[in-house]
Amino acid sequence: MNDKLFQERIDAEKKIEPKDWMPEDYRKHLIRQISQHAHSEVIGMQPEGNWISRAPSLRAKMILLAKVQDEAGHGLYLYSACETLGISREELVKQLHDGKAKYSSIFNYPTLSWADMGAIGWLVDGAAIVNQVSLQRTSYGPYARGMVKICKEESFHQRQGYEIMAEMAKGTPEQKAMAQDALNRFWWPSIMMFGPQDSDSPRTGNAMKWKIKRQFNDELRQKFIDQTVGQAEVIGLIIPDKDLKWNQQREHYDFGEMDWVEFWSVVNGNGPCNKQRLDHHKKAHDEGKWVRNAAKAYAKKQELVAN
Amino acid sequence: MSNLFTYTLRIADSSLILGQRMAQWCAKGPTLEEDIALSNISLDMFGQANGFYEYAAQLDGTKSVDDLAFLRNEREFFNHQMVEIENGHFGHTITRNFLHDAFNLLFYTKLSESKDETLSALATKSLKEVKYHLRHSTNWLIRLGDGTEDSNEKVQESLEQIWQFTAELFEMDEIDTELLNAGIGVDNTALKAQWDEIVNTTLKKAKLSRPEDAYMATGGKKGMHTEYLGFLLAEMQYLQRAYPDAKW
Repeated sequence: MNDKLFQERIDAEKKIEPKDWMPEDYRKHLIRQISQHAHSEVIGMQPEGNWISRAPSLRAKMILLAKVQDEAGHGLYLYSACETLGISREELVKQLHDGKAKYSSIFNYPTLSWADMGAIGWLVDGAAIVNQVSLQRTSYGPYARGMVKICKEESFHQRQGYEIMAEMAKGTPEQKAMAQDALNRFWWPSIMMFGPQDSDSPRTGNAMKWKIKRQFNDELRQKFIDQTVGQAEVIGLIIPDKDLKWNQQREHYDFGEMDWVEFWSVVNGNGPCNKQRLDHHKKAHDEGKWVRNAAKAYAKKQELVAN
Repeated sequence: MSNLFTYTLRIADSSLILGQRMAQWCAKGPTLEEDIALSNISLDMFGQANGFYEYAAQLDGTKSVDDLAFLRNEREFFNHQMVEIENGHFGHTITRNFLHDAFNLLFYTKLSESKDETLSALATKSLKEVKYHLRHSTNWLIRLGDGTEDSNEKVQESLEQIWQFTAELFEMDEIDTELLNAGIGVDNTALKAQWDEIVNTTLKKAKLSRPEDAYMATGGKKGMHTEYLGFLLAEMQYLQRAYPDAKW
């Protein structure tokens, strides 16, 4: 009976709130998806954090640092949203460290030049927005509200990335080469951010039924490609896909086949920076342990004094 | 180089270098909340640096903010040496920041009364942020000092190591004296008593003991530095130096 009522609420586009009854699989699905999203924000701080100390101007430095700080903030909202489902942040971080929880594979690629800051903002945040705009209508209340807040900041991130690319594309020949190289390296991983093709996405069925997910992977991917092609043309950079072509009949761009062997390999832990990213997170976590312990011990002493 | 220019540059340099150090904490904080706080302080420092560099650039008339930040070498930087030392562990950073924040609070309070309207306005703006920085570092120093035995030992050791960089905060040279006499600059020497009071009160609450003065570093404002500064600048300035014709 509960199941039926639950589905009726979903079908009526009513939000599910933390204290409402929900099927156990719905809860599990959300914990997996929201924590994966939270971990992505936090691990995603590293590839861009890599360039804060070397940003080429004071303005660029402040913008990049503010952006990476926003990502930490997004991580916080999302961990909090996840905690409303009855799991602690500590447990979520443990799942990340144990390799049980994943994060977006895009962050397992190295950032090798300043243009990569542009490519990440423009393409990676651009792809993330397409996905997140759709998730603003997700059925779980705290997640949907978190997305509304996150989307506002992400669109600023995308603009700053595009600005870097545009500036470099019209700069010296060396700068233009860096911009093109960044696009070449980040294009395919970016369009793979939408996940496997729907025919290979095992969990899509329930996620759509429960309205956790509102649009199919392939639909979102197409939307991103359609909006990005023109942006690349405006700044004179070439998208590295020889099959990319406007299809008058479909009114969409056709595009080439993605390298799914690479995709699954990176998802399963075998990408250029998987080990480095996770080790970095573990190291910071371990090095902070004495600080967290001291803070707890101090708080406890204060409680004793107060009582 | 006018003395007002040099005076302004010194303030900007300390802000920039501390900002750069604090930015190194990004994605390394002991908690996510603290990561955000440390980045915030870094952003404040860069913002302050930018304000003072803008004024310096205006006084100079030929150089831009980025020329000043990215195209000078070690001996041309005039920051306090305290801000260039490596971050070390979280408690080390907190200890350094506490000692520097306490100075900044007193310094900007006085500078906000400067006859130079720009310096006064920049100081007033910075003061709002520095009050928060001092509260942050003070609270953490107390937590760590009065937390566990391990945390107490760690920050006590940091205090011993960083203490040598405290004396130069209060130094006065001929430029300081000239600007003080003109009603523009701050009497650094006169800040010492109040700084001692803030430091002694906090150390007591934190169950830490104040180190004895031994060797004390001197001369940051004359371009004397630790060996750490060169590496910080090499990293920070790399793109501007490698591609001198590029605009970013």
